[in-house]
Amino acid sequence: MPAVFTLLVQSFLGLTALGIVAVFLTAHFSAVPVKYNLKSVFIRWRSTVATVVGIALVVLVYVLLQSLAVGIEKSNASTGDPRNILIARKGATAESSSLVTRAQLRTLQYFEEIERNAAGDPVISADVLTLASLPRKGQGGEANVLLRGVTPRGMELRPQVHLVAGRWFSPGRREIVVSRKLAGRFANFDVGDTFKTGPTTLTVVGWLDGSGSAYDSECWMDADESRSVFEREMYSTFLVRPKSPEAATNLIRRIESDKRLQLRAESETGYYQKQTLTAAPIKWLAGFLALTMSIGAVFAAMNTMYAAVGARTREIGTLRVLGFHRRNVIATFLLEGILLAMLGGALGCLISLKWNGYTTATLSVESFSETVFSFTITPTLAAQGMFFAAALGFWGTLLPAVRAARLPVISALKAL
Amino acid sequence: MAPPIVSIRDLSKLYRQGDINVTALNAVSLDIELGEFIVLMGPSGSGKSTLLHIIAGIDRPTHGSCRVQDTDVARLNESQLADWRNRNVGFVFQSFNLIPVLTAFENVELPLLLTGLKASRRRQQVTTALHLVGLIDRQHHLPRQLSGGQEQRVAIARALVTDPPLIVADEPTGNLDAKSATDVLEILRSLSQQAGKTVIMVTHDPKAAAYGTRQLHLEKGEIVA
Repeated sequence: MPAVFTLLVQSFLGLTALGIVAVFLTAHFSAVPVKYNLKSVFIRWRSTVATVVGIALVVLVYVLLQSLAVGIEKSNASTGDPRNILIARKGATAESSSLVTRAQLRTLQYFEEIERNAAGDPVISADVLTLASLPRKGQGGEANVLLRGVTPRGMELRPQVHLVAGRWFSPGRREIVVSRKLAGRFANFDVGDTFKTGPTTLTVVGWLDGSGSAYDSECWMDADESRSVFEREMYSTFLVRPKSPEAATNLIRRIESDKRLQLRAESETGYYQKQTLTAAPIKWLAGFLALTMSIGAVFAAMNTMYAAVGARTREIGTLRVLGFHRRNVIATFLLEGILLAMLGGALGCLISLKWNGYTTATLSVESFSETVFSFTITPTLAAQGMFFAAALGFWGTLLPAVRAARLPVISALKAL
Repeated sequence: MAPPIVSIRDLSKLYRQGDINVTALNAVSLDIELGEFIVLMGPSGSGKSTLLHIIAGIDRPTHGSCRVQDTDVARLNESQLADWRNRNVGFVFQSFNLIPVLTAFENVELPLLLTGLKASRRRQQVTTALHLVGLIDRQHHLPRQLSGGQEQRVAIARALVTDPPLIVADEPTGNLDAKSATDVLEILRSLSQQAGKTVIMVTHDPKAAAYGTRQLHLEKGEIVA
C-alpha cells in the first residue's frame, strides 16, 4: 500500500512538474507578453495580495516544518569521523540500547586492524550511555538527558567536540561537562552548578560544543565514574580507529563474522546518518499540514483566477480573434497563476529565513532523550518551497484557465 | 478579371433559442472583389454582423460555403481558423477592444507575436502602422490616456500591422464623435483605395455608409438590396 501511495504522489508531482514546464515553454514560444500578466495581476491588487499571503503562509509552514526535519538529519549527518568504527551489540538499533562487555573489550584490544598510539595502546574508547531525567529551566517539568561516559581516548576520537567554557572533567571525580545548547534548556547547567541524579550529585565543570552534531544533545563525564555512579558492569559501545580504510573493511568483516563476539560494526558516520527515525514524523506532519493548508490555498488561487477570467472576458475574446490559440490562453492564465503563487512562495521562504539557525529540541525516538537541533533552511528546501508554491498556482489556475480558453469568441467579445 | 476575394454561396446560419430555431442568415450568396469597401446595413437582427463574423472566421455557417481567397473558412478547425485569422483578417470593433494594460505600441504588436518575426522587424512594422494612423507620438500611451478616436485608430493600426488582405469593421464609428468618426472612415477608405485592402464594414449610420463602394442591405437574414 505505501508503495502505491508513493507511486501516486510521485506521479502527481511529476505531472505537476511537466505541467509547469509546459506552461513556461508554451508561454515562451507563442505567447501573450508576460508583461500583460504582470500588469493585470496588480490591477486587482486586493485579491492578489490575499492569494499571495495565503500561499506564503502555506509555504512558510511547509518550509519551517521541513527545516526541523532537515535540522535533525543534518545534526546526525554531521556527527562522527569517517575513519572511526562504532561497535555495538548485535541487534541493538541505537547506542543507548546496546550493552558490551569488558571481555569483549579485552578481545578487541588484540585485533591488529586497530591503530596503536605512541604508547602502543590500541585506539579504543568504551563508552557508557545512560539517561537521566532532569528538570528543565523554568516550569518546563523534566526531560531525559543523554549522559555519555567517555575515556580520554574517546575524546581524541571525537575532535569535533570541544570545550567552550570551564574545564574538562577529572577522572575519579563526580564532575560533568554539559552541552552549551542543553545548558540553555535545563536548570542547574551553568558552570559551577550541581544537580542530583539518583543519590549522586554531579558538578558541572564545563560546557562543550559539538559543532552542530548530535553531541550537542549530550553531557559527558568520565566512563569509569559513570559506571560507578550508575552501577553498570558493562559498557554501551566501543569506538575504534582502524589503521587504514582497508583495515576498517577487514575489521568490520571480522567482527561481523565472529560468532563468539555477537557484535555489530559499522562506520561512525554511517551509524548516525541512519538515525533518521526522529525526523520521519516531523516530515509526515509537514506533508500533512502542507496538504491540508494547500487545499485552502488552491481554492484561494482559483477564486482569484476565476475573478481574473471574469474581468478579462473581452480581452480573452480579443486575443482569440487576433489569432491566439486556446492553448495560448490557457498558458497565459496558468503562467499568471503560477507567477502569483511563486511570489507567495518567495515571500514564505523569505519569512522562514527569520528562523534559520534558531535552536530548538525534541524527544529523540532513537535515544529517548532531549535532542537539540536548529531550523535549517537549505537552498534545496527553499527550491522545494518554490516548487510547492508553483504547484499550488498550477492546480489553482487550471480550471479558470480552461474556462477562459473555452469561452465562445463572439460572446466573449460582447462581454462588458 | 481577377477572382473575387470573398465568394459566398447558399450560406445559412441558424441559432437555437430555447425551443425555437432562429434564422440569422438564409441562403445568402455574394461575391466581394479585391479592394472593395463593402458596407453592410440593416436593422438589428437582420444578420449583418453574423455575415461579417462568418467571413472573418469567428463564426461558422450552418449550411453553405464561404471562400476567402482560396480557403473555405467553414471547413477549417478551431486551431486552423486562429492561424488563418491572424494572417488574413484585420479586426476593428465598435468598442476598440484594446488591452488596457498594454501601451498603444504593445497593442499593435500583439498579432505580430504569433508570426515568428524578430523583434526589430516587429518594431518596424508597428511603427509603420502607427505612422499610417498618425499616432506614432502616442505609441507609449496606455488606452486610458487616449481619446476614443485615438483608441480606434490604434485598433486600426493593430488590424493593419500583419498586412492582411481583408479588414472587417463592426460599427467602428458607433462610439465616436463626428470628427473622430470622419477620421476613422477616411483611414478605412484610404486602405481600400490606396492600399488595395478589401474592407467590410457593418454600420447603422448612413453617413458612414456613404464611404463604401458598395452597400448591401440585409433583412431577416437575406440580402435585399
